[in-house]
Amino acid sequence: MRFIFKTRYDQDIRLAKHGGQVFWYAALMLALLAAPWLFTEYWLAQLTFVLIYSVVGLGLMLLSGFTGLFSLGHAAFLGVGAYTQAALTQQGVPAPIALLAAGAISAAVGVVVGLPALRVKGIYLAIATLAFGFIVEEVFARWERVTGGNAGIHIGAPDVFGLKLDNDVSFYFACLVVTVLATLGVLNLLRSSTGRAFVAIRDSEVSAQSMGIHLARYKTLSFAISAALAGIGGALYAHKLQFISPDQFNILQSIDLVLMIVVGGIGAIHGAFLGAIFLITMPQVIGLAKDFLPAVIGQAPGLQGLVYGLVLIAFVLFEPQGLYGRWLKLRTYLQIFPFYRKGMFQRQKSYLKSDRLK
Amino acid sequence: MSDVLLSATDLSVRFGGVLAVNRVGFDVKRGEVFTLIGPNGAGKTTVFNLISRIYMPTSGTITYQGRNLAEQAPHDIARLGIARTFQNIELFEHASVLQNLLIGRHTHRQTGVWSELFFTPKTRRAEIAAREQVERVIDLLDLQHHRESLVAGLPYGVRKVVELARALCTEPKLLLLDEPSSGLNVEETDDMAFWIQDIRAELGITVLMVEHDMALVSKVSDRVLAMNQGEVLAMGTPREVQQHPGVIEAYLGSADDVASLRRTVAA
Repeated sequence: MRFIFKTRYDQDIRLAKHGGQVFWYAALMLALLAAPWLFTEYWLAQLTFVLIYSVVGLGLMLLSGFTGLFSLGHAAFLGVGAYTQAALTQQGVPAPIALLAAGAISAAVGVVVGLPALRVKGIYLAIATLAFGFIVEEVFARWERVTGGNAGIHIGAPDVFGLKLDNDVSFYFACLVVTVLATLGVLNLLRSSTGRAFVAIRDSEVSAQSMGIHLARYKTLSFAISAALAGIGGALYAHKLQFISPDQFNILQSIDLVLMIVVGGIGAIHGAFLGAIFLITMPQVIGLAKDFLPAVIGQAPGLQGLVYGLVLIAFVLFEPQGLYGRWLKLRTYLQIFPFYRKGMFQRQKSYLKSDRLK
Repeated sequence: MSDVLLSATDLSVRFGGVLAVNRVGFDVKRGEVFTLIGPNGAGKTTVFNLISRIYMPTSGTITYQGRNLAEQAPHDIARLGIARTFQNIELFEHASVLQNLLIGRHTHRQTGVWSELFFTPKTRRAEIAAREQVERVIDLLDLQHHRESLVAGLPYGVRKVVELARALCTEPKLLLLDEPSSGLNVEETDDMAFWIQDIRAELGITVLMVEHDMALVSKVSDRVLAMNQGEVLAMGTPREVQQHPGVIEAYLGSADDVASLRRTVAA
């Protein structure tokens, strides 16, 4: 068990709280930098996807995990980013500028969705965003002049001011840079007043308001930032796949994204990354398992959907804090061995809320 | 500048057929502890919710430092220097005590989203300044031991204090306390009385509270307003109000009622 002796307020503000974290995150960074030489081409591609989904997951985590607003239409923001990137790079705009534009346009769309979202809560918000997802998917299919319709559209390798990132390794590093920057940005927001305002809105709107937090402004801001990150992720996704069509941004993609943050651990930044790893490795695991299962089950269509559904139900029932919560428990168990108690992470349910105010 | 900080005139609010507050008027003077008492359903909390703009009055006005509160947005009330606690505790459950108190500093923030995104040196300085203010409140209310704890794991009595601390972090001029002693044991109630006196004496904050514990009310209040069924019954010092026949009737029933009851029993 580590006890930190605090002598300055700065110790609570900085990102790495102690030497152990510095060491492990530096080790992780080194491993990620060395990844192109450690992994085969196939696994490097999978790692690139993990990074891309992490960026999208960070955005959705900020919205759902930290602001308490649920979105079942996040694939739409992913799509807006992807199509913006495709359209702009075709015009010869350098990829980094197109990437920023993809983020900005997604954010603008996020604000538009955020405005009606201020009036609806909980399940109704989920339905509203679901409807928004369908509308956007339809726009992608119909606006053929820009999106190429259902036939899809090709997108070339990213061009960083004349430098073509046309191989897997260079594109992997581009994704790594974007992911690190996005993570730092989100962490910075969360340790300052904006992030605290999001958390306040998540936990009690009425008292957030009486603390002087402008609910409408911060909810819209949360939607905008979340959509921007999804858009940036979408732009990278488009480059990675080199081909996008409307059906990649449908309801199933949205559900995958929600699954990702719930399984990863809602309300924790680590959860976005663990969820992305889960989402990318799961199809591989299912693919491997197929060979060992009886043909009736193994070759049945929809096996993946079934497994995803079961995993989601299992997490909601047995580990609502997701993979990250499981890791925290394991770590605590090892740190204080043999004093771990079963109920240590159980929180008392909240006392009576002022229902009259709602 | 007058010495009246907040004044409610002719305040009424109607929910459908229920007249929750009926033509209530009172003045809260700068630097006093003013208490609203009354049986359940008297409309005390409704008055609080009118001041913090959760409800809009059907008629009448609330003036605070010369401003009509009905013209302010709900989130601007805190900026004007009015902070409140809630009857059933509305803390941010899944955040630490420290974070809860820092949220109380929201109206004093000086940084925008962009500088926070890059965590500029200015943001760092602002964070440390906010922390220093929060630490003063932690010292005042003896919350050092709970600084890092999650609110969700704290006992009820401590949560009450954390909520008071969070309200103090906004540096209010007027503090609204909705039943500060409910759910507290005798010892904690004594602490609460001590703190309310301290808040008034040391920080110069005017306190408007709703309270049922008459011992606490008489100990800390300068003036008391008794309400029943949305109407003002009596106003004055705690002693005057306690002896007012209307107040006794509201709590205990009238002598006639008792007499009539006796007759029925006898018959």
